[in-house]
Amino acid sequence: MSTITREQPRVSASEAFTSHLHPTPSWQSADHSMPTGREETWRFTPVKRFKPLMAEGPFGQINTITELPEGVTSRIVDAATAKELSFDPPVDLVAARAGEAAQTLVVEVAPEAAPGTPVVITTEGSDELASSQMIIRVGQQADVVIVLRRTGVAKLASKVEVQVAEGARVDIVTVQDWTAGSVHGGQYSVQIGRDAKVRSFQATIGLGDTRLVERIEYAGPGGELDQLGVYFVQAQQHVEHRLLVDHNYPHTVSHVDYRGALQGKGAHSVWIGDALIRKTAVDINTYETNKNLMLTEGCQADSVPNLEIETGEIRGAGHSSSTGRFDENQLFYLRSRGIPEDQARRLIVEGFFLDIIRRIGLPEIESRLVEALNVQLASIDDVSHDSLLGEDVEA
Amino acid sequence: MAELVINDLHVDVETESGPKPILHGVNLTINSGEIHAIMGPNGSGKSTLAYALAGHPKYTITSGSAQLDGVELTGLSVDDRAKAGLFMAMQYPVEVPGVSTSNFLRTAKTALDGQAPKVRTWPKIVTGALQRLEMDPSFAARSINEGFSGGEKKRGEIVQLDVLNPKFAILDEIDSGLDIDAVRIVAGGINRYADQGDRSVLLITHYTRILQYIKPSHVHVFVNGRIVESGGKELADELEVSGYDKYAKAVRV
Repeated sequence: MSTITREQPRVSASEAFTSHLHPTPSWQSADHSMPTGREETWRFTPVKRFKPLMAEGPFGQINTITELPEGVTSRIVDAATAKELSFDPPVDLVAARAGEAAQTLVVEVAPEAAPGTPVVITTEGSDELASSQMIIRVGQQADVVIVLRRTGVAKLASKVEVQVAEGARVDIVTVQDWTAGSVHGGQYSVQIGRDAKVRSFQATIGLGDTRLVERIEYAGPGGELDQLGVYFVQAQQHVEHRLLVDHNYPHTVSHVDYRGALQGKGAHSVWIGDALIRKTAVDINTYETNKNLMLTEGCQADSVPNLEIETGEIRGAGHSSSTGRFDENQLFYLRSRGIPEDQARRLIVEGFFLDIIRRIGLPEIESRLVEALNVQLASIDDVSHDSLLGEDVEA
Repeated sequence: MAELVINDLHVDVETESGPKPILHGVNLTINSGEIHAIMGPNGSGKSTLAYALAGHPKYTITSGSAQLDGVELTGLSVDDRAKAGLFMAMQYPVEVPGVSTSNFLRTAKTALDGQAPKVRTWPKIVTGALQRLEMDPSFAARSINEGFSGGEKKRGEIVQLDVLNPKFAILDEIDSGLDIDAVRIVAGGINRYADQGDRSVLLITHYTRILQYIKPSHVHVFVNGRIVESGGKELADELEVSGYDKYAKAVRV
């Protein structure tokens, strides 16, 4: 975290939103060409590894288990019905393949429902090429927590949509917890209704390669988004999160904060944070930040924040990105109180992630993330292997 | 005992264009129980002295020595200097997100004492120190310095001094940016620490204001990387009236 860049927003004067960063969405796989790696949207990706997810198939289904509290129902619909229910067509070939899934899981939270327990959806990979599509619809004024856990070995093309109606409050926690040999790509779209509040956590903590396109838009004024991400990347692993927050309504808010830790030769993370402020989106506020902690030499973090602003009448817009080793001043400060160097590093890295993990509010998920962090740190020589903040989570 | 003996200390600071000499032979002996104030204009090297003694990696001691109770500090790591009894309150305390003040101090106390403080009494120790510095007990659970105001950060440094109770405290411009009430609160904390009798203080300051509350046994004028004048409390009174001009000019000639 030694280098910090803060850029002035780039102002684009275009009236209509056309951008090479965001190709025209389409349900037709024929409309999406097979990437070569030279495209702007694929240039950070080892395309070859993701090619199986763009093949013609046949794709199987991934085993999916749902735990639905009162006020929440589910049904299976066909591809044509899914298309009608959807607000965000596929933006690339991986998502288009996911959209071809014969069965789409639709989960509906009734208006004003406030179940005390979370909706839990678990998908379990079995090492077969699979496609998966889900549409989650949250009724107006509902108050719900949704957990999407992904485990097993995956070769998965996925598409997830979350539609949040007026005034609802939703926490959505997605955990990519794949085992070695997995490859997972897909699209995750959230639509935030008028005055709705959404907290979205994206944790990519397992093994294998992951590439997710995360798209946020609003369906009315006053919507608020907190989008938080944590990722741990090991040797030869590729983890990519590509975000677009589309401020298409006035008085909307978005805060994005993604933090990653990388270790080992060939560990590669990509974070793209695009915020688009449309001409109509007056009085909006957006801030996006990405921080990458390099635990060893030989890893690479690509971090690209970008603002496209079509109106100047906003409350605030900013972004920051930093990538580096441990901060010299933080280390000095902790050590000047007598804390040995390896413990000082441990405090800094644990604090860096617990700062986000603690906000999830689900003990089981929090402890799984802490466990994954411990694994990530277990082989790092200059970081103490004993947790110093662990009990904070349990308390 | 808390005796610091600095002998002909020369220090370079790391800059983009290479090392730059800042301290040009500092000699200073602080006996157990004394409070020494080092005063000087901006850029005179006062803070460099503090950082070099504490072991910040940007500062290199090129020659000379600094011994705390006979232990040579110059070759020790930052944390070993703290274990030798040295504490430095920083002019700009650093934020560490996600690490609570209570946890931080417990980790430090464990490292300094070689054993963890008792779980049962620990919260009371931290809360007590916070209350003495007129800070809300909720600060114990907050991340180190994160979201603290400038004054809260400075008071937080003295909370740490109170809890860790080192042999020797270097306070680097602890009074800058504080309103008058905060100066009084911070000075109260420093006096409680010094009144133990066997502790020593090196108080680095630009202003004489805090010396209305803390009575130094010695006052030194620091200009251009060395001590140019030493005296008692009356030297601070003189600086209050005439400023540093006289000393700065003398050095230039």
